[in-house]
Amino acid sequence: MSELNEHRASRLHGIWALTNRELKKWYKAPVIFTLSIIQPILWMGLLGKAMNIGAIFSSGSMEQIISKLVLTPPLTQTQSQQLGVFFQGLQTSIMQNTFHTSDYFSFMAVGMIAFTALFTTAFSGMSVVWDRRLGFLNKALSTPVSRAVIVFSKVLSATLRSMFQAGIIILIALAFGLQFGASFNPVFILGLFAILFLICVGLSSMFIAITIRSTRIETPMAVMNLITLPLMFASNAFFPTNIMPSWLQTVASVNPMTYTTDAVRQLLIYSTIDLRQVGLDFLYVGIFAIVVATIGIALSWRYLSK
Amino acid sequence: MSEEIIKAEGLTKVFNHQLVAVDHVNFEIKRGEIYGFLGPNGAGKTTTINMLITILKPTEGRATVLGFDILKQSNDVRNVIGVVPQEYTADEDLTALENILLCSDMYGIPRKIANERALDLLKLVELTDFKDKRVQTFSGGMRRRLELACGLINRPKILFLDEPTLGLDVQTRTATWNYIRKLKKEYGMTLFMTTHYLEEADSLCDRVAIIDHGKIVVVGTPEDLKHSLGGDIITIGIKEDVDVSGLISKVENVKDVKKENGAYRVKAEYGEVTAPFIIETLRKKGYTVAKLSLTEPTLNEVYLEYTGKSLRDAEESREAFASQRMTMRRARA
Repeated sequence: MSELNEHRASRLHGIWALTNRELKKWYKAPVIFTLSIIQPILWMGLLGKAMNIGAIFSSGSMEQIISKLVLTPPLTQTQSQQLGVFFQGLQTSIMQNTFHTSDYFSFMAVGMIAFTALFTTAFSGMSVVWDRRLGFLNKALSTPVSRAVIVFSKVLSATLRSMFQAGIIILIALAFGLQFGASFNPVFILGLFAILFLICVGLSSMFIAITIRSTRIETPMAVMNLITLPLMFASNAFFPTNIMPSWLQTVASVNPMTYTTDAVRQLLIYSTIDLRQVGLDFLYVGIFAIVVATIGIALSWRYLSK
Repeated sequence: MSEEIIKAEGLTKVFNHQLVAVDHVNFEIKRGEIYGFLGPNGAGKTTTINMLITILKPTEGRATVLGFDILKQSNDVRNVIGVVPQEYTADEDLTALENILLCSDMYGIPRKIANERALDLLKLVELTDFKDKRVQTFSGGMRRRLELACGLINRPKILFLDEPTLGLDVQTRTATWNYIRKLKKEYGMTLFMTTHYLEEADSLCDRVAIIDHGKIVVVGTPEDLKHSLGGDIITIGIKEDVDVSGLISKVENVKDVKKENGAYRVKAEYGEVTAPFIIETLRKKGYTVAKLSLTEPTLNEVYLEYTGKSLRDAEESREAFASQRMTMRRARA
């Protein structure tokens, strides 16, 4: 049997080839690539600048309110000014208390990283369905490439895309006025990518596990619609959890998105870092990733070979 | 090693506990032959292939490919087989070369060897000039050839071809047949193919298994199958108004003579040899042969004989199916 396929490769062979196949669809298609960069800019513009919560308490808007107040006796010029200063102080401390930063944009921009990770990974379920429908999946299954590798290449490509987009978001956000926290250290960027890797592996495995059996493209779309927004808003990505109603706080406290965003905020924008909390964040997201990825790969073994 | 490349025993697949797609089939494929499954849509051809290429688990029965059990040694099976699926599975966003290299990576072939082989294969299927073009721009025939090249990257001992010419025009179909013959002739490769085209089974396959409702109804060479029907049909007419049935039936190889509408319908083995003898016999007795026609039974008659229905009717729905697939592809692109 000397002429037989003599190359017994490692168990993980083909993983980069399959991952790169997915990535090529993205970086070799200029339109898709550009759109994937524009998308976070749009969202940041809309959510970060339009919904500028800080501006509600700004001295300008406070003066307007004060000038409309009809008080007896009317405020003197000095009193009015003092009130203005008071409100400004109030604004800073409210922002600091609620968002741990005086700038909502910075708060939101960081939430945007988790948001992009969620949406990019949500599409990974879809590509499995496409591959199944077009027959590529069957072809891959008839080669010695491992079932786990087929699934994990999808996970990995979504993860790498998200990490790249996160990098872009940070750069854009810096241009738009993101302020790093007082204790920021460039090394923390590595931490950002590390936790992003974990959450993307977890989320992507989750979406694939849910849609691995489906043959219709509508299924992953419905799943995406159902899951993504609740996951997003039942977390601290755009709003701190401590001012949410208690039932929502409970949901948010088990949502891995909350832990991811918290870790990223601690690393990038908070003035002081609670290292113990960051450690817990990493632990939680790490366990989430390992558990879901294991389930995903186990399901793929089960359902890819009918 | 045994001469049997594939051996299936009681291979069965039941979907959802009720739909019997493949029903206890037994067959063996010998080294170096082109073995064809002929049957209509839904007969169980693709299901059988899918079990042999280890992407479907049989409900019952067993099969070996080059001696490897499809269930217990599935990874060994995958290493030695090549698959050309029914669909165009090449990635449209990649070039021809990139697609072949992707396949080679799935077999874990080192890049240096893969590059050499890929270029050889592109040459074999005459796509060298298009190696750096995206598959998106390829015609159906080019895609099929690319699939063929991808299926050969691991130098398989047996190549599975599922409906290799589905949806191709006549010219491209003939060209594809030539590639397949070349593989058999030059590489001594064993091929297992499914088809619903009678001409394809007839001209390509060394042995044909007619499969219907998940069961193999008959196996044999196309020639044997046709002969099994009792030979060719010779229709003969003479000027004189006399019954010569008795005379004709005495000619060697003639099996049956019937007078129909003033002509004689003669069932004979080896019609092309027998017909001249009949003419000679009649002439010797002074009769003048006015007309003569010779019909060889086609696989369609064989098919009709064994399954009770004509395969031609099934073809149309098949074409519709293929075009639907193309539409879906375009929708994606």
